[in-house]
Amino acid sequence: MPDVLGTGTWVEIHRVVLPAGERAPQVPADTAAVALEMRVKGFLLAPAALGDAAEIVTRAGRRLRGTVTEVNPAYTHSFGAPIPELSTVGEEVRTLLRKRGGRQ
Amino acid sequence: MTDESYAAIMSQRAEIMRASIGIDYGRYVTGALSFDYERLLADTGYDLARARVVQRETAVGSTPLVELRNITELVRTVAPSGKGARIFVKDEAANPSGSFKDRRAALSIHEARRRGYAGVVAATSGNYGAAVASQAAKAGLRCIIVQEAFDSHGIAQPEIAEKTRACEAYGAEVIRLSVGPELFYVFLRVLQATGYFNASLYTPYSILGIETLGAEIAVQTREQTGRFPDVVIATHAGGGNVTGTARGLRKAGAVDTTVVAASVDLSGLHMASDHDFNRKSFTTGHTGFSIPFTTWPDRADVPRNAARPLRYLDRFVTVTQGEVFYITQVLAELEGLERGSAGNTSLVAAFALAQALDEDRIVVVQETEYTGAGKHPIAQLNLARRMGIEVRRGDPRDNKPGARIVIPEHPSQIAAVEVDLDPLRRSYLRHALTTLPQSAQVSDADIDFLAAETRTSRSYVMDRIGAARGGTA
Repeated sequence: MPDVLGTGTWVEIHRVVLPAGERAPQVPADTAAVALEMRVKGFLLAPAALGDAAEIVTRAGRRLRGTVTEVNPAYTHSFGAPIPELSTVGEEVRTLLRKRGGRQ
Repeated sequence: MTDESYAAIMSQRAEIMRASIGIDYGRYVTGALSFDYERLLADTGYDLARARVVQRETAVGSTPLVELRNITELVRTVAPSGKGARIFVKDEAANPSGSFKDRRAALSIHEARRRGYAGVVAATSGNYGAAVASQAAKAGLRCIIVQEAFDSHGIAQPEIAEKTRACEAYGAEVIRLSVGPELFYVFLRVLQATGYFNASLYTPYSILGIETLGAEIAVQTREQTGRFPDVVIATHAGGGNVTGTARGLRKAGAVDTTVVAASVDLSGLHMASDHDFNRKSFTTGHTGFSIPFTTWPDRADVPRNAARPLRYLDRFVTVTQGEVFYITQVLAELEGLERGSAGNTSLVAAFALAQALDEDRIVVVQETEYTGAGKHPIAQLNLARRMGIEVRRGDPRDNKPGARIVIPEHPSQIAAVEVDLDPLRRSYLRHALTTLPQSAQVSDADIDFLAAETRTSRSYVMDRIGAARGGTA
């Protein structure tokens, strides 16, 4: 059984805004086939567990309801590995400048 | 119980908009198609001097104009003898939230506070969100940013994930949505529920805020070189950057400066496609925004868009994804400026266009933006590979959006592909005519308006209207 998160815990909630089949008429087929989903973070207004329907208060002071999907959600975007196709560009252009300098 | 269905909310669009901006756009109507654009802007009270005062209150603007001497030298290694204009860049990353978008947000948030709104809402996945959140923080207003942030597999576009983080750092509520134009529906619901100010990218405030950028470029270039810039290049998406910059240049006296818009070519990718969302490698400054907004500005989240690029464009060019990542690396390694790639779109164009200009000419790249985790060529190219896109060195003409990103092997391969403005003007006129009510006639005022909108003549407009009515357009 998941741990109960206390009131005031910083969480992310998830909600389906428009299910597949109820999307706007102009969206392409691949988008129409999936739901429009929403994720928002805030502080729990009452104890809840992951997967529960719960109410949060957002940083703008709004109360929103949804399913608790993450606790203290991490920022995981990063850089990743260097790109070899870019790693040699600097030396290439410096070489071109050195050659030009040598001619003058 | 109120009806919150898509159709119900969209049908209330006009009244929600009016309440959330406080501008009665109806006051500016002058014909069936025309409206008084200059009066719409002037009535805000933000002339250049006033905008400057407001922006200074939050340390926005007065960014350095930096000469890129090494990149200019590199241009001259590939240009014909005697050619290779001096390239400068306006280092807009020096603004408080890291981009020129602070200029737009500064006036919007100042206006929201002046009008007594308790908070602001903006629909943006880009730098503008961070700018609005930063300004709102300083002004003590609540802030909600609505983003298109992840695809149906839950994969976030890394640049937008970074913007989520930045907005949250400034204390904003960030609503992250999956892919789709119904973001606008969510945005309207938030405006309706909160009664907050619509800090749209396309209000007069947002455009007037950029005029200071154009004016600073004119003044600083003359201070540093003794002349106004010959060419100013602006990365082009929704049209505000081009519009505000061109207006600011003119107001500062640089009336002969050529204004060039530059966009990353993303042709073939659908902007509302869940599949294509994480295969773009760019979240702004691309043709997925710039072509539709050039040919019909009034598709925006305000009744009348204050960004009207066809009025100001002298030239419009596209560049490839691989060229932008290449020049971003060159900027870091030759000039010691590590900056975000979207802002460097116009630097690619500058590199190409400078080769055709004499060495004493001045080309100004009109912005830089901050860079960091997610918002970096390395992050974008790693995501591209994960999505099955080929990344390789080669001829950038082989670049194919969504399938192949080709990093140039040599600076001589960098090119700017000219976009013919005439089909864009015709497309604009076709769009305009589709908004004409069945019973309405095109008046003299409308013809003059359409000529100004397309930078053409009355006879050009009348010929096109005649052709459209003859069914040949």
